[in-house]
Amino acid sequence: MSGGAEHAAHGSVKEYVVGLILSIGLTVIPFGLVMSGALSHPLTYGIIALCAVGQLLVQVIFFLHMNGSAEQIWNTVSGAFVVLIVFVIMLGSIWVMNHLNHNMLLGH
Amino acid sequence: MTDLTVNANHAAEHDDEEHHDYAGDAMFGFWIYIMSDCMLFATLFASYAVLSSSFAGGLTPLDLFDLKFVFVETALLLFSSFTFGMAMLMAKKQDIKKLMLWLGITFLLGGGFLGMELYEFYHFSHEGATPQTSAYWSAFYALLATHGLHVFIGMLWMIILVVHILKNGLTEVNNTRLWCLSLFWHFLDIIWICVFSIVYLFGVMQ
Repeated sequence: MSGGAEHAAHGSVKEYVVGLILSIGLTVIPFGLVMSGALSHPLTYGIIALCAVGQLLVQVIFFLHMNGSAEQIWNTVSGAFVVLIVFVIMLGSIWVMNHLNHNMLLGH
Repeated sequence: MTDLTVNANHAAEHDDEEHHDYAGDAMFGFWIYIMSDCMLFATLFASYAVLSSSFAGGLTPLDLFDLKFVFVETALLLFSSFTFGMAMLMAKKQDIKKLMLWLGITFLLGGGFLGMELYEFYHFSHEGATPQTSAYWSAFYALLATHGLHVFIGMLWMIILVVHILKNGLTEVNNTRLWCLSLFWHFLDIIWICVFSIVYLFGVMQ
């Protein structure tokens, strides 16, 4: 498993600075939108979610130097598996509990 | 006799290989730990989402959240992630002095973040939102405190690693430890992105 060693070998000042600037942008946009209340709620929700996913990817690529290359294949595969599990936990819980709340209300 | 020699050679080769792979194995193992930590946070986020409007008639996030305060917290953690990256570059250059400088800055930024978070907890409980107040605040404190605890442990780890590096230099083992800590620290920043988006930004829009 040489994936880890490759991580350490990559990275440059430029890469970190680009990552930092992108992250600042993707933080300022959602905060600015919510503080100013410039857009409608559904649109703001969507942009917050997009910025969060964007910043997640920026940090994984520029700070953790993941690139899906052959030597990182096991990191990438286990990462993808965890993303799947996280979605199952999050969406599954919200879905099940909403239905439960809904059914309890009908019983009233 | 020939067989023995072959076996011995084979064993030696095998040993070599294992020695060479030590750092990689440790790093991959730590990656798997980080992935399982992701699942821990996913369960906390899921319970937070499910309980996100269970205020029991008490205080809501709209009453207490201050986005400017959270923005400063976010900036501290984001910059600490960047300064840790700089520290890693210095470690690659074997420049221990600058490595210590960047790690020191990272430590201070992490400490600033933790101080602000503790102040926020104190402020919220003072205003009447304690973990016992409602299901919402239980989920809030459970999620935020778990993240804060991780940051605290990361800082403890940083102190211990600095002592190791000052004592033994940047050996292969210390380099591996430093790499694992950097992964841990970047991971905490990534979790914080989800926290400020889901808890604070969505929270004040309700």
